[in-house]
Amino acid sequence: MLVKIDPFVAVFNLSDPGRYIHWGFIQISLGNLVVILVMVVVFVAAILVPFRRDEGKDG
Amino acid sequence: MADPTAPLPEDAKQWTAKLRKVAEDAFPPSKLLPDRQPAYVASWIYVFGVLTLASLSFVILTGIVLALGGPSWWHTSSTGLFVNSLHLWSVEFFFFFMVVHLWGKFFMAAWRGKRQLTWITGVVSFLISVGAAFTGYLSQQNFDSQWIATQAKDGINATGAGSFFNVMNFGQMLMWHITLLPLGVVALVGLHVLMVRHRGVVPPFDRDGEVQNTGGRDGASSRRELSGEELAESSAGNAEAAVASRSGGDD
Repeated sequence: MLVKIDPFVAVFNLSDPGRYIHWGFIQISLGNLVVILVMVVVFVAAILVPFRRDEGKDG
Repeated sequence: MADPTAPLPEDAKQWTAKLRKVAEDAFPPSKLLPDRQPAYVASWIYVFGVLTLASLSFVILTGIVLALGGPSWWHTSSTGLFVNSLHLWSVEFFFFFMVVHLWGKFFMAAWRGKRQLTWITGVVSFLISVGAAFTGYLSQQNFDSQWIATQAKDGINATGAGSFFNVMNFGQMLMWHITLLPLGVVALVGLHVLMVRHRGVVPPFDRDGEVQNTGGRDGASSRRELSGEELAESSAGNAEAAVASRSGGDD
């Protein structure tokens, strides 16, 4: 059976109600939590990943 | 032939001459647009300020295009919807990069070395940006914006703040979004960048006191890092800079 795949369809179903994480009095949407976690990962990577330097030239 | 616009000695006491001298002393061309940056700037964490500025440029550019077309264009035309999405996503990236920039500068204590005004203009421009984004969400003209407006009205009513800033008044919110708040953001970000150029990029803790004048005393850049002895000299007023990086990174 052939399945037609729409290349423009969203990876996630954006029409469903949002998903929320509850932890005590903290409530945050899954989307916002993912963005915050990605920011933390990028922040740590920005500190740890070496910056390419043009060592062959002066300065 | 003499330059007819060259300042005359007898005009030195005029306010124009005084203001020009203050501006030239604070922002010599070699400081405003330096060719090189200090060696410690060669780190990814220093790139996020420039990424924030690039995102802000996209926000403003797409906002101008949206203003040219108007709401009926950005809601119905496929090009308008595309530009509308570009506007939204450049805002998302703007805040993403700005928050990483903020974290980096916070943990560097970037207010060191008389850089308080740099820090404060950054903080206030962040807060105004939140307002600009908020009024942008209110200006979407869809169910999402109606939901946000009514929830925010409840919240603001609960604070007793009154109704001068009425989030359910679409015209008022659109005016705040496309004139007042962008003007505030651009003015403060401009001042923020000028202060970065004036005071230089904040050095790491172990190199505190290093002079940040990347243009050097007479505009000529040094291509090496300073030794400890030279660092002590530099903090004592020698304006020769430690410039060893060819990186394009900035604050």
